[in-house]
Amino acid sequence: MAVGAFADRGADLELVGLEKRFPGFTAVDNLNLTIPAGSFFALLGPSGCGKTTTLRLVAGLEEPTNGRILIGGEDVTNQKSFQRPVNTVFQSYALFPHMSVLDNVAFGLRRRKIADAVTKAHEALLLVELDHLAHRRPQQLSGGQQQRVALARALVNRPALLLLDEPLGALDLKLRRQMQIELKTIQEDVGLTFLHVTHDQEEAMTMADTIAVMNKGQIEQMGEPQQLYELPRTAFVANFLGQSNLFTGPVVSTTSTAISVDISGQKVVVPMERAHRSSGTVTVGVRPEKLSLHDEAPVHDASRNVMGPGKVVDVSFSGVSTQYLVAVPGVQTLVVFAQNMAHGPAAHVGAEVWVSWNIDHGFGLDDDPESEPRFEADLDTKTIAQQRRSSMATELEEA
Amino acid sequence: MAFAAFSTATGPATDPVARRRSPVALFLLLPGILYLVLFFLTPLVSLLLTSFQVPREFGDIGQYDYAFRWQNYVDVVTTYWPHIIRSFGYALAATFFALLISYPLAYFIGVKARKWPLVQSLMLVLVISPFFISFLLRTLAWKQLFSDESFLVQGLKTLSLLGPEAHLTGTAASVIFGLTYNFIPFMTLPLYTTLERLDVRYLEAGSDLYASPFQVFRRVTVPLSMPGIVAGTLLTFIPAAGDFINASRDFLGGTGTQMMGNVIEANFLVLQNYPSAAALSIILMGVILVIVSIYVKRSGTEELL
Amino acid sequence: MKLSLGKWLLPVYSALALLFLMIPIGYTFVYSFNDSLKSNIVWRGFTLDKWLNVCNVQNGAVCEAFGNSLIIGAVATVAATAMGTMIAIAIVRYRFKFRSQTSLLLFLPMATPEVVLGAGLAAQFLSIGVPKDMLTIILAHTMFCISFVVVTVKARVASLDPALEEAGRDLYGSALQVFARITFPLLLPGIMAAALLSFALSFDDFIITNFNSGPVTTFPKYIWISAARGIPAEANVLASAVFIFALVVVVTVQVSGAAKARRLAKMS
Repeated sequence: MAVGAFADRGADLELVGLEKRFPGFTAVDNLNLTIPAGSFFALLGPSGCGKTTTLRLVAGLEEPTNGRILIGGEDVTNQKSFQRPVNTVFQSYALFPHMSVLDNVAFGLRRRKIADAVTKAHEALLLVELDHLAHRRPQQLSGGQQQRVALARALVNRPALLLLDEPLGALDLKLRRQMQIELKTIQEDVGLTFLHVTHDQEEAMTMADTIAVMNKGQIEQMGEPQQLYELPRTAFVANFLGQSNLFTGPVVSTTSTAISVDISGQKVVVPMERAHRSSGTVTVGVRPEKLSLHDEAPVHDASRNVMGPGKVVDVSFSGVSTQYLVAVPGVQTLVVFAQNMAHGPAAHVGAEVWVSWNIDHGFGLDDDPESEPRFEADLDTKTIAQQRRSSMATELEEA
Repeated sequence: MAFAAFSTATGPATDPVARRRSPVALFLLLPGILYLVLFFLTPLVSLLLTSFQVPREFGDIGQYDYAFRWQNYVDVVTTYWPHIIRSFGYALAATFFALLISYPLAYFIGVKARKWPLVQSLMLVLVISPFFISFLLRTLAWKQLFSDESFLVQGLKTLSLLGPEAHLTGTAASVIFGLTYNFIPFMTLPLYTTLERLDVRYLEAGSDLYASPFQVFRRVTVPLSMPGIVAGTLLTFIPAAGDFINASRDFLGGTGTQMMGNVIEANFLVLQNYPSAAALSIILMGVILVIVSIYVKRSGTEELL
Repeated sequence: MKLSLGKWLLPVYSALALLFLMIPIGYTFVYSFNDSLKSNIVWRGFTLDKWLNVCNVQNGAVCEAFGNSLIIGAVATVAATAMGTMIAIAIVRYRFKFRSQTSLLLFLPMATPEVVLGAGLAAQFLSIGVPKDMLTIILAHTMFCISFVVVTVKARVASLDPALEEAGRDLYGSALQVFARITFPLLLPGIMAAALLSFALSFDDFIITNFNSGPVTTFPKYIWISAARGIPAEANVLASAVFIFALVVVVTVQVSGAAKARRLAKMS
């Protein structure tokens, strides 16, 4: 690490065949990733998927079992964390309790013997609007203020790469929204490369230019938020980012533009360009907010899929929208989100309804339903509880 | 604080309960407090009074009358100032070496060995295990290991690492060695207690912010473990200053290494010169009270126990 | 996998440090098997004799001293633990005046050098005219043990969840019943630890004992007296026996505690 120098701008990050094995399990499994300089990149995934481990590997706080890490083209795999041009905003903030806020922020500058450390520290604190608290101790600050100090402490060093480890987790909703906007603004203004690790998919979609969804140590899908959301590649991504209605069935016919899938007697058409697989048994899906409810069988429309009749089994009001659960015999329970454009629900419990959606809103997954699924969407309560328990246990072990 | 290191309870600290006002408190406190007043405070007062006594005219050895003989203190300081200086000097040296030896050990057990709690417990047991064998026998073992006839000394002399006339016992070095050895557990336990609670994430943050391992140690670890260092230092220095076993001639000491403790004991039990013994005790106690009051001023009395 | 020197330095150092701490213990243990005559300095040969006939030497003086130490330790422990536990509960649970003075009074005996404590008590007994014997030793030991008991039990009381006692009261328990069936059993580990500490301190005490014992000999005092002319190997035997016993007890407690914790974790 060049003493006394700042990076001019963010650098790109390249992970080549990165692997981290612990006794008993593999946290990061042959990860290959390139993050372009100056972008806001989110690593999204559930607890235990390996995202935090990946972050720690990049920061230099863990040593990889295999693979290489390149920052700005330079191989830093063998460098210790204090040698890398990388700074981390820790989930717990890790603000030194025995130093003032100002000394905390100036810490990195002083270690690198950068001139005018105090002035620069004040500038960083001004950026996060906390300069008036420069001489307080971290313990005297609120959670939101501590988070901003942690950010200033990392930013002031102008790192080539800034790592954020779920930094907004401890904040309340309003503050979190505010910080999301601020972080994005700072990143764009300063031009640094941000790598943000989170399990909050809304947060990732709001802030990131590119999202990589991780599961069990590997990347399931990577791309722009909208792309990931509208065209998920696997059932995991479809269920992790928002909610999905998924149907599995054989492809009965194909045209040059679309495939037709038979779901227990109901026909679902998906455009060819939105289907990853076009033969055999496939899983197709559609997002709940794309579905429309009809109280009688809708008129046939070639541009829309229809499913029904089904029975409304649950109506759940949540302010912005209402969630309906519709049981279609032979298929499954469909989830429908309807914006509350008018007073009262569109359908009551027990009503007979039809569900329709625009063909262009459907998607076909890349999963092969006939092979062992990597992640089973198991709706059985007991299994869900068991999975939650084991993921919590892994979380505890990692902590 | 320091002495809580002796407790084995490690339950999570709950919020302080709203304390009740009740006559029960008095009933609970009275026996113990009364006992301490009777058998701790009063003897100290007694000691103070004794230090001002005058020898009884025409009385036997050991018979004194109450008076206000300040001269006792002057006499004692003029006669024994080398011992006074030596006591605090040895204690300081022993404390320093004990800190040097104990810190890495406490760091290993408290920080590095966190993944294996059973190993932690067993290592701590080994640290305090010298307490299971009499203090005197421990010191005696070193004396015999360092005595001229021991195989250790003979071996060193054969290897010419020691001169043929050199002695290991009876020197300032051997006394300081004995003191250091005996107080290592007292230094290690408070250090361990503090280091055990050290949040490693601070160390990671330091490293993330370009501090080399040495810088992390100096600027993060040491400041954050300061309470333990202070506690261990107090727990070592205070008893070491008053020790007389290590320095006695029967153990590791010689004629030139007598400490205040030896002198007090000699005056009290052998010479029956109670005023002198008392005066020296008060001086020793006084210095220690000064140190304790500095500590209390900075940290308050709540932390004492 | 990189095995740098840095990784091994600390564990090796720690092992060496612990070994260093064990040296006198090892020496004492080894020499308890020495076929010594009067003094136990020169190694003459291995024998189990001393272990088998511990009390034979000097008309059983060693064993008598050992016995005295046990009795004194037991009595002082009971007294100090009782008084100390009461104080600890009062400090944590109750409000009272002169709080900081009480803390200071409890702290000072731990900070006072033993010579001062010993000389002070001896001076006091002298001026009152009480002859020095078993009683004075017990009184002295109880005094300095109280503070340690308070510190140990206080930590335990502070970590007790008050909700447990509140639940007891909510379920119709009287104050006495709540104390006997809930508070006391939960405090017991802390009280036992305090009692153990108190006994250990009393048993090993020499300096204060020396000033206040008169003709009575305790085990450490016996060693001190014999140090001049030669400590019989039997003293080593007793000391080693105590060490082994204490070590076995403590290690067993730790290991069984860890095994219990592991079993509980597996069940959930």
